[in-house]
Amino acid sequence: MEAARTQWVKVHPLVVRITHWVNAFAILVMVASGWRIYNASPLFPFRIPNELTLGGWLAGALQWHFAAMWLLVINGIVYVTYGVVSGHFRRKLLPITPRAIFHDVLEALRGKLAHEDLSVYNAAQRTAYLAIILCGVVLVLSGLAIWKPVQLQEITAIIGGYESARVVHFLAMALLVLIVLVHVVMVILVPRTLPTMITGRARRAS
Amino acid sequence: MKKRSMETSLAGHSGKLIRSIERRLFLRQGLSLGALALLSGCDLTDDESVQKLLTGMSRWNDSAQGWLFNPNKLAPEFPESAITKPFPFNAFYSVDEVQTVDGASYQLELAGLIRDKKPWTLPELYSLPQTSQITRHICVEGWSAIGKWSGVRFSDFLARIGADASAKYIGFKCADDYYSSVDMATALHPQTLLTFRYADETLPPKYGFPMKLRIPTKLGFKNPKHIMSMFVTNEYPGGYWEDQGYNWFSGS
Repeated sequence: MEAARTQWVKVHPLVVRITHWVNAFAILVMVASGWRIYNASPLFPFRIPNELTLGGWLAGALQWHFAAMWLLVINGIVYVTYGVVSGHFRRKLLPITPRAIFHDVLEALRGKLAHEDLSVYNAAQRTAYLAIILCGVVLVLSGLAIWKPVQLQEITAIIGGYESARVVHFLAMALLVLIVLVHVVMVILVPRTLPTMITGRARRAS
Repeated sequence: MKKRSMETSLAGHSGKLIRSIERRLFLRQGLSLGALALLSGCDLTDDESVQKLLTGMSRWNDSAQGWLFNPNKLAPEFPESAITKPFPFNAFYSVDEVQTVDGASYQLELAGLIRDKKPWTLPELYSLPQTSQITRHICVEGWSAIGKWSGVRFSDFLARIGADASAKYIGFKCADDYYSSVDMATALHPQTLLTFRYADETLPPKYGFPMKLRIPTKLGFKNPKHIMSMFVTNEYPGGYWEDQGYNWFSGS
């Protein structure tokens, strides 16, 4: 009878779960193909190992990149529109204070960060998720600046020109990959968050 | 596009095909996001249905770019001080293999949907009204360089020879066996120039003597050099890189 008292709480709405996994796939394709494109003319004195890239050669990588771009952007528009209109962003990602971020990041580093209630994001999570959204916006804008420096030259100009846009695009990718790596490590450390992002529900002892 | 990138890519392709059946079995056994991430891109790209999807998306991107193309939007122009020196040489072969075209006997051949197909000699072409531009050349590889080209506005030349402006494509055949094609809207763009000079001097062989079609609204490989003939057509002519998988429209 005790077991029956276990409560299931709804943590992630369906829209968030679907867009999360579509985004994960789109980002994986964009990053892996983007690395191959980077290798065709490296901005910095290093190359990405070809084994980690997608596309086989430049033309293949470009095909992947400009196919997945539509998935990324359409999915991103659905997610951001839902987040703003439904109040999901306001409820889950705000408020966020420097003091709370500092406190929670310290706790996380000491391995003491509380995850009892998966329906409430701590300040470190809020920062990470907001930063991912911001990275996505910067990546799309700098990507458009590189792809269409004539037709969309206003965007390219805001970013400081074509060559600057390449640097911004790369740095935003690097930050995004870093956050995603931390995110995946956190999921490994708190594995029950993974089924929650699929079913949308989390068990909460009453 | 550089020679080495093409060599490595072609070598990579032929070898990988043999192993594709094994790979497909592996795919069927357990396709997780993790496995997908670990697979090298080439194997996935070699899969027939995946390749079909990617090619379809590339055609869709041709349409999307055609729709996005604004015939009145001008590529940014730069001052002389912004010119990249030296301007990089780039082709599917190395600089010591550059074709030398004999200017004295040269004739530009015209074919297809053109009213007056009389071939053009260089002195005839040089006598047409000339204009200059300093624009950014952007390579599909990502790098860019700013240069100065001079020549005749291509839309003026097309009007002079009576090219059918309602046709879809203009194709080019070059002395180095390169070939490419562009959409009519881009061909008629005011900054699309049939150029005979680079940095105020006759186009040297490495930059495409006797002429290069300079299109600042397209990526570098859509700017054919050493043009020997051109034709106006409604049948998709493709191109050297385009036929290998590079996006055909490749607009900037």
